[in-house]
Amino acid sequence: MDVLKVENVNFNYGSHKILTNLNFSMENNQVIGLFGDSGSGKSTFCKVLTGFIKEYEGTVTINGEVPQGGFNPIQLIYQHPEKVMNPRWKMRDVLEESWMPDDNLLDEFGIKREWFNRYPSELSGGELQRFSILRALNPNTKFIIADEISTMLDAVTQAQIWDSLLKLARKNNVGVLVVSHDKKLLNRICDSIVYLSDITE
Amino acid sequence: MTKTEENKQGILNINLRTKTLIITGIALLILISVFVSNYFIDHTAVLTSNFYNVNQPPSFEHWFGTDWMGRDMFMRTLLGLGISIGVGAFASIISTIVAILLGVFSSVNTVVDEIVTAVIDLFGSIPHILLIILVSLAFGGGYYGVVMAVGLTHWTPLARILRAEIKKINTSEYIKLSNEFGKSKMWIARKHIFPLIISQIIVGVILMFPHAIMHEASISFLGFGLPAHEPAIGIILSESMKYLSMGYWWLAFYPGLSLLFLVLLFDLIGENVHKLLDPQSAQE
Repeated sequence: MDVLKVENVNFNYGSHKILTNLNFSMENNQVIGLFGDSGSGKSTFCKVLTGFIKEYEGTVTINGEVPQGGFNPIQLIYQHPEKVMNPRWKMRDVLEESWMPDDNLLDEFGIKREWFNRYPSELSGGELQRFSILRALNPNTKFIIADEISTMLDAVTQAQIWDSLLKLARKNNVGVLVVSHDKKLLNRICDSIVYLSDITE
Repeated sequence: MTKTEENKQGILNINLRTKTLIITGIALLILISVFVSNYFIDHTAVLTSNFYNVNQPPSFEHWFGTDWMGRDMFMRTLLGLGISIGVGAFASIISTIVAILLGVFSSVNTVVDEIVTAVIDLFGSIPHILLIILVSLAFGGGYYGVVMAVGLTHWTPLARILRAEIKKINTSEYIKLSNEFGKSKMWIARKHIFPLIISQIIVGVILMFPHAIMHEASISFLGFGLPAHEPAIGIILSESMKYLSMGYWWLAFYPGLSLLFLVLLFDLIGENVHKLLDPQSAQE
């Protein structure tokens, strides 16, 4: 059982305080929804969790240990997949930077093999997001932070992607923190919902 | 549309990529043939005076006319262009090395970055020609002096571009993610950053050529560059000044025009290679 624990985290952009005294914890068999208003610091919290922001006060630990170097077991799936892909890399390289899933998994996420030889600019947002999710589902990942990952997708694709992601996460015991301001989505897929205003001061 | 019309259009409308490649290829062929022709011209025979043929206007025998010592101006111009390309090549290599070193250094930390920016601004703020003359004299003049002078003064734009480019890539989200995937700094530099800046470097080098060539010609014209016995374009132009008032227009006109043509060819190649290597930015 892996436990992700966030204790007394403070972060501010200059003089603008955004996260004050944030405490949060989850386990790797949970799917938890994080709900908050626009600009309340949801995305900042995600970046603190996954090491994209490093200058914060407080601690983020897994089983009491701070993740050190190497592959980060807490992986972020970003709202804009095109921003986290090198524009001059083919999709095969983009995916292989993390790992190469087997064929079943690629089919599960509806990834066509011919996309491997294309550049990120030649695929749609939804197609890129599938790569981005699969990339985060590396066997070494223990927690996935999904920051508004389905906002740009139509309802059918949204359902498909969440279905595959959660199925795999449950199977591999990966904890998922679903960040969204779509209340209906959170109600549908999460075990419990946390309000950002409740875990900060 | 009938079939013949379609075929005709097919020949006229080659796609942009092919067109760009063809233009670049032709321009490159002209430049290479100018440079290579230098090795097949008998320098002593061409540069020996022949007083039967003094100051001949352009004719089929002497395309660019002859000068006051009866030397064929076309051959002299060809040799001059060869020298120009040589100076341009050496100077561009030196400039590029300096630019890459400074560009990479600037990404080490903010203090180094400040220093690099200050050095770039310092070199950029001194009038170009003045700096070239000073450096050329400091290196003892001649071919070596000119190459060093032009090489050590033309790296500023490329260094600035590389610094900005590396900064931009380093702060991008995919580099941060690569860190989270546990990739080392060297791996990121090799796989992410290098392929993204190599096209900038190649284009930067090609576009540095015309500047280098023009500046070499300028300081040779002013008398601080190549020695007077070399058939450099700058020397040819400054000599021809004395004869212009006597109506020998061809002495300055054709060599000057050839130099301009050479510079434009390099510019053309640079622009086209840029389009080929970086199609996205070419559309912006």
